[in-house]
Amino acid sequence: MSLRCTPTKQQITLAVNGVRHTILVYPMARLVDVLREQLDLTGTKEGCGEGECGSCSVLLDGVLVNSCLIPVLQANHANIVTIEGLARDEHLHPLQQAFVECGGAQCGICTPGMILAAVQLLEKNPQPTLEEIREGLSGNLCRCTGYVQIFEAVAKAAENRTRREEAKG
Amino acid sequence: MDSWSEQHIVGTSVLRKEGRDKVTGAAHYIDDMRLPGMLYGATVRSKTARGRITGISFDPAMDWKQFVVATAKDIPGHNCISLILDDQPCLADGAINHPEEPIVLLAHPDKYVLAQAVEAVSIEVKPLAAIHSIEESEKKAEIIWGADNVFKSFLIEKGDIDRVWARADFIVEGEYFTGAQEQLYIENNGVVAVFDAATGITVWGSLQCPYYVHKALMKLLGLPEERVRVVQMETGGAFGGKEEYPSMIAGHAAVLAMKSGRPVKIVYDRLEDMVATTKRHPSRTRHRTAVSKDGKILAGEIDFTIDGGAYATLSSVVLSRGTIHAGGPYFWPSVRVRSKAIATNAPPHGAFRGFGAPQSLFAMERHMDRIARVVGISPDEVRRRNFLRPGQTTITEQVIREQIDLPALLEKALADAGYYEKKERFARTNATASIRKGMGIGTILHGAGFTGSGERYLNSLVGIEATADGKVRVLVSSTEFGQGTNTVLCQIAAETLGIPYELVSIAQPDTTVVPNSGPTVASRTAMVIGNLVGSAAVGLLQTLRSAGLPAEKYTAEQFTEACSKHVAQNGVLRSLARYQSPEGIFWDDLKYKGEAYAAYAWAAYVAEVSVDLTTYSARVENFVAAQEIGRVLHPLLAEGQIIGGVAQGIGFALYEKVLWQNGRMVNGQMTNYIVPAASDLPPIHVVFEEIGNLHGAYGAKGIGELPMDAPAPAIINALVNALGVDFNRIPLLPEDIFASLASDSNSQGLATSEVSS
Amino acid sequence: MRANPAEYELRAPDTLQEVIALLGKEPETWLPIAGGTDVMVQYAAGKLAARKLVSIGGLRELRKIETTPTEIRIGAGSTYTDIRNHPVIAEELPLLVRAAGCTGGIANQNRGTLGGNIANASPAGDSLPALLAYDAELLLASARGERRVLYRNFHTDYKKSLLAPGELIHTVCISRSFAGYFSYARKVGARDAQAISKVFLAALGRIAAGKITEIRLAVGSVAPIPIRLTQTENALKNQLVDGSLVENCRRALAQEIRPIDDIRSTAKYRTAVLGNLIAEFVNGLAAERASS
Repeated sequence: MSLRCTPTKQQITLAVNGVRHTILVYPMARLVDVLREQLDLTGTKEGCGEGECGSCSVLLDGVLVNSCLIPVLQANHANIVTIEGLARDEHLHPLQQAFVECGGAQCGICTPGMILAAVQLLEKNPQPTLEEIREGLSGNLCRCTGYVQIFEAVAKAAENRTRREEAKG
Repeated sequence: MDSWSEQHIVGTSVLRKEGRDKVTGAAHYIDDMRLPGMLYGATVRSKTARGRITGISFDPAMDWKQFVVATAKDIPGHNCISLILDDQPCLADGAINHPEEPIVLLAHPDKYVLAQAVEAVSIEVKPLAAIHSIEESEKKAEIIWGADNVFKSFLIEKGDIDRVWARADFIVEGEYFTGAQEQLYIENNGVVAVFDAATGITVWGSLQCPYYVHKALMKLLGLPEERVRVVQMETGGAFGGKEEYPSMIAGHAAVLAMKSGRPVKIVYDRLEDMVATTKRHPSRTRHRTAVSKDGKILAGEIDFTIDGGAYATLSSVVLSRGTIHAGGPYFWPSVRVRSKAIATNAPPHGAFRGFGAPQSLFAMERHMDRIARVVGISPDEVRRRNFLRPGQTTITEQVIREQIDLPALLEKALADAGYYEKKERFARTNATASIRKGMGIGTILHGAGFTGSGERYLNSLVGIEATADGKVRVLVSSTEFGQGTNTVLCQIAAETLGIPYELVSIAQPDTTVVPNSGPTVASRTAMVIGNLVGSAAVGLLQTLRSAGLPAEKYTAEQFTEACSKHVAQNGVLRSLARYQSPEGIFWDDLKYKGEAYAAYAWAAYVAEVSVDLTTYSARVENFVAAQEIGRVLHPLLAEGQIIGGVAQGIGFALYEKVLWQNGRMVNGQMTNYIVPAASDLPPIHVVFEEIGNLHGAYGAKGIGELPMDAPAPAIINALVNALGVDFNRIPLLPEDIFASLASDSNSQGLATSEVSS
Repeated sequence: MRANPAEYELRAPDTLQEVIALLGKEPETWLPIAGGTDVMVQYAAGKLAARKLVSIGGLRELRKIETTPTEIRIGAGSTYTDIRNHPVIAEELPLLVRAAGCTGGIANQNRGTLGGNIANASPAGDSLPALLAYDAELLLASARGERRVLYRNFHTDYKKSLLAPGELIHTVCISRSFAGYFSYARKVGARDAQAISKVFLAALGRIAAGKITEIRLAVGSVAPIPIRLTQTENALKNQLVDGSLVENCRRALAQEIRPIDDIRSTAKYRTAVLGNLIAEFVNGLAAERASS
């Protein structure tokens, strides 16, 4: 049996979807497990545990990351956005709406991570080309859709956003 | 039913019923479920391919009192996962027949401690010689199953094969291989089981067929029907990989739940799911075809063999479908098809979208191109000259009664793909190009629903109920796993009832709530179950007429009023509909002759590929998928099914290779089992033709599996066109292309021979 | 997830100084973890030998990217995204930018670090051939002070390096002398993106009057460590680019490398493809010069 050290749990604080949580954790607990099991935010999924499929993607301090590869201690004091943080009450985020309208979600398991990757993409690049959409979502695997309707959803959300901005201005 | 022009729900792209939940993270998958007092369960598996267990030891450094431990001895009923032959044990008891075979079950409140405990159990095995290929199995030097390693065999004979060889102008031979393919649903297999002495066992899970699990648990646990409950959770992809396998994982969780008296959750991680669960059957097909000088098929012999792994499971049914599809969409005046499913010491292979047809159709479509080359005509022309026409019979002598025009479908696909122009251009430019290009065709048929008398045997039952406030609920055991079951069945109910789509919901498949409408497989849901939903809806309307619902036009309010009145008087408003076999469908199960399927859908796919001679990597650059599918019930969903299926077909052809070592998959991670990602996939143009279907809901045919059949052969045909090298085995990786180009002789199959008349 | 978090310790000191002190006090005990894109995969697979880890991902001191007139200094904690976004790197070190852009997807590029790629020392590390081609130097820091080593000497064998116990990679220094070079980077993997490389060529060259005056060929995935193909370079240096040159260099290549068959690819394929990549580079070099 391996030599055991006996680390204790630590208190950390992190904001998830705008809500601050102070929790007791093992520092090497994975962020995906802490979100799902301690904070009961099960929208973030685990598909592979090796950072390949992107189902566990969240935004950490505004940056897209694979939460299965993050020890929770490294998320101390961070601002996390998960899929549960996108909709405002009954109003879906434009990307969520576009995914429903364009067939971007079939079985839905890749959808939370895929939408967050798209959120990040549109924040950096509000009017992406198809190539840029492909690259922005290149770390998120989908087995159901063959991606076409996902890209159409992102393009539609981008177009709608541009129209809304133009209407405002 | 209304005429097509009056319909405004069926045929439109209404919003996915559970779409909102999926995009908000509210959808509940099995790993999202936690119950008080729940234990986690895990499986100790064999590291050996074949042998006898001589001992099981538990590392004393672990405190085993904290664990629930179960072996075969703890199984209350029969130690088997009941499916067709009931030969597969739930837990190995003495004999080991494949790597990863389950032997010991453990449960513990802490899932991390559990993972370590699995490593702390040692299984001592006296190894026996194992077999790992079709050829080895055929040699019968080792008999690992039954009397002769053969799970099942079929023989189809049509016409007078043997006399035709002498008068053939050409005899064309070929041998074609397809490899195993992993379904790679992004959500791994998982279940939660709870046992209660009073009510029995309840299992929630990621699954396609709640009643398959129900039947298996009854036998495994020795419980009667009413003390077994199975509930499907939101399921993150399945593709057949959750058709029969969930009965095994459910059985494991149930055994632990019964032994411990606590809820037990088992969820696999990616590695376990890939190496221990089912994959597509590897195949070998041999063709020997008598062909006339103008390229018409006169007769042939087809030898189709699939590798079923260590236990029978569903291999007989996969074999059946592969066998019936082996002749493709062509007219065979005479043919003999011999097929068999054989045993090897690998985890049993199982259902995967297409279910035997992608394997035999790959061979048929490659072989058609070979015939074309031998005869000296083009790949499109050889198909035109052999396509089935209305009034002709298939290899099982089923008469094609519908007015399908395959030459027109092919022409549409070719035109859409710019086939002729591109092929001619590539022929000119390839000689000096470092990126060679080619065009390839795949034309197929796909039978929807269960074979022959299968639907009658399933005897599906469907229900619709309505509440006092006019809300309607569809009751089926057919499951949603992305393909659109919920949406399409609600569309059909709403359309038939003449009420808004928003007023219709569908019950979560729970065996205590929904009737058995059969498994969600075989592309049968929209076509067969949709039809029954329509019938049940008609029944509901008839009931409501006696509660005052007008016969012709009525508003949603009037509908609600009638529901309210009926419920007040009678309590429950429910209509059931049971499957009735259509007239004039005859199937001979012994001779394998007759109407194999109630409906065939048809497809012509065209692939444009490129090969970069610097890296030998092949890419699909453009793809056209044209299919006749009866009726498009939901344009967006239908297109999504085709595109998703084509993507899996591209993976089947060019990317997805299972690497085996002594019967065990050694590349069981997403990093080294390669599926095509977004930047590997071409634009995919989908074209639908609709000629209706007498036996399908609103004229629909099944489409879930169809898109899996033609991409691989179309792609390989295109690569052969691009490089002038014969490729007859998939997956075809850059290393294989390199090896073929580098070697002197470039043929991989049997030699062709020509016999001049 | 096959590891038990209860058995691991992770510390996240606020300053580099504290990290260095900890590593100095207990060398060979604390495994540094930056972005975690390699370490956490091993951890989740139950294959991480270390039980004590120290987080260096948040240290600002390691994440600076600075330029002097002669050198670009990239903090070892710089992520691939940092590298892709830096204007001077984008302008002057295209091999590194290309490598950063083909390492995993966006989420992994946001977390993976240059120092992590070097320390993980996989022969398939995507940024390593670029560092060899640019003849990078590494600033290593420990409680004993700092030292500079040539990156080309850093890897000594499969997963073995010059990194001493208690030592951290601090900065990657690359000279700003590559403006006039023709650069070429091509990764060959099992699919277009997000794939471990089967072979990766990062090359630089200069040509004058049809003759190759300078050539650097750095390759990943054909040896236990990333390597410079010095013999093949010698076969090409000072040669006129003509039809027979590429054939000669293939022969030199076949003598120089001994790639393996592994789970991803075959030795024969790697050798043949690498020969093709070198040919593509040489032809590109000649064409570039011809058109300028």
